[in-house]
Amino acid sequence: MTSRRVRYFSPLFIAVIAVVFLVPFVFIIFTAAKTKAEAGQLAFSLPGEWALIDNLKQAIEARDYMLITAFINSTIITVGSVAIMVVLSAMVAYVLQRRKPRWGWFADLLILSGLIIPPAVVPTVWVMQELSLFKTLQGMILIEVAFGLSFCILLFRAFIATIPRELDEAATIDGAGPLRVFFSVIFPLMKSVVVTCVVVQSVTVFNDFVNPLYFLPGDENATVQLTLFNFQSQYEQNFNLLFADILLITIPPLIMFMFFNRKIVEGLTAGAVKG
Amino acid sequence: MSIGLRDATVRRSALSLRRTRRRAKRSPYPYWFLLPAFAVFFVFFLLPTFSSFYYSLTRWTLFDSEWIGLDNFRQFFEEPGLTKGLTNTLIYAVVTSGTKVVLGMVLAVLLTSSVWGRAFMRSAVFFPVLVSTIGVGLTFTVLMEPDQGLINDALGLVGIEGPRWLVDPRYALLSVAAVDVWKGVGLATVIYIAGIVAIPREYYDAAHVDGATPWKTFRYITLPLAWPATMTVIVLSLIGGLRSFDLIWAMTRGGPGFTSDVIASVIYKQYQAGFYGLSTAGNVVLFLLVSALMLPLYWKLSRREVQL
Repeated sequence: MTSRRVRYFSPLFIAVIAVVFLVPFVFIIFTAAKTKAEAGQLAFSLPGEWALIDNLKQAIEARDYMLITAFINSTIITVGSVAIMVVLSAMVAYVLQRRKPRWGWFADLLILSGLIIPPAVVPTVWVMQELSLFKTLQGMILIEVAFGLSFCILLFRAFIATIPRELDEAATIDGAGPLRVFFSVIFPLMKSVVVTCVVVQSVTVFNDFVNPLYFLPGDENATVQLTLFNFQSQYEQNFNLLFADILLITIPPLIMFMFFNRKIVEGLTAGAVKG
Repeated sequence: MSIGLRDATVRRSALSLRRTRRRAKRSPYPYWFLLPAFAVFFVFFLLPTFSSFYYSLTRWTLFDSEWIGLDNFRQFFEEPGLTKGLTNTLIYAVVTSGTKVVLGMVLAVLLTSSVWGRAFMRSAVFFPVLVSTIGVGLTFTVLMEPDQGLINDALGLVGIEGPRWLVDPRYALLSVAAVDVWKGVGLATVIYIAGIVAIPREYYDAAHVDGATPWKTFRYITLPLAWPATMTVIVLSLIGGLRSFDLIWAMTRGGPGFTSDVIASVIYKQYQAGFYGLSTAGNVVLFLLVSALMLPLYWKLSRREVQL
């Protein structure tokens, strides 16, 4: 549109974007590769002596392989909660979209409230203690499911509206029960939107800091984000190890991003066009 | 004759009643599909939310609670440390949301025009959205270090003496807000890009034929037709801004003093200190604030869209 002027400005524009958005990441890599003394100067420079592998090793070994435990815990929470939330919300979206009950507005209200309302922290701790789920991985998984349902339901419902009803009717006439119709006819058709949902929610759950902070305290259940946060206070002067830790924790989202960039953007911008 | 007719009607309606009842019983879309999701949502979200209204009016130890009426709220609005959290939350939400709307729009317009390296630029702007907030917070805490940090070093090169960022009570909150924008503007940008790409080319062609200036094209075509995207960006970033905790906690923990405290960090501090009733009152205040802002906004924005 503003063709000539934009093309004139574009080298400058690209330079600004590159500096603002890429320099912090380059800084992370450089600092993670420096020796302790050099990293302490906080300078943006190539490391004089590359100690990246050694730093990564030290960061992983720190506090009795805490980071490994944390990665295992985070993986269990992420995989468990995303799997449950995807199946449960697909079932909800399917029934609500197909039946359109008269109290549908109330269901919509609940779904929206799940998106908007900040969870009440202490009462949730109290509920979890009553159910003896406080400080357990199972409890954490259920919490992530509860907070993630709304987003998935909205995403799925829009998609199910595009699957022709004739498909489920045909399967029903052929004698398939509701579970069979849903899991062997509808759910497989939702593959692309399920992938979108899984990727977006995995990144969200993996990066979640607040909920583990409240509902999963204690070292034996440490998650990746909590470990990183505690690392900061324990290794205050070891910036090389701190940044090695940040680097390791950035890798899973980076992998997701490289493989599923389009899916993620698709999921996050759904609704931006129609409102 | 008339009796026979009525008889037939009765019989038919009885038949159709039976039929609908049978169909209801064997609906291929049974309501019990909703149950598992609702159970989890109820126990871990609705129940705590509803009980927060009661417990915010008590002195609470998790095991027993003592009714103290509105005392917690009185404290919330009287103690300077807590009221600061309230105003800071509003400032933070409005500043981050407003900046994301403007910058997101600018970036999206530039990244949908024919600039060189467009795909790469889009990725670069979007990637921070996916990175751990704690990681970003810790990185920028180091970059914003007043004496040795990269940002002030760079500013020093062009002869500007940078502020003391996170250490200065005047700038601490805004510094965190700036990092929040850095991390979140990519989301606003991709939402705007989706909105702009959906605008039919013909409008731009027509404007071009009519000799519209680039500014006029933007003002009268892109801006109004990307309205749904603007609405999405405002709603999402306001919700995020009002609830934000991770970044503030990673960078300043509410400090220096309590100058960068927000409601969410007050809730955490009171929880840690064992004031469960007061902490829950903070949650209720946040709930009311979010609803008070979102309801009219949602209503107004969706009406505006209809008018267009």
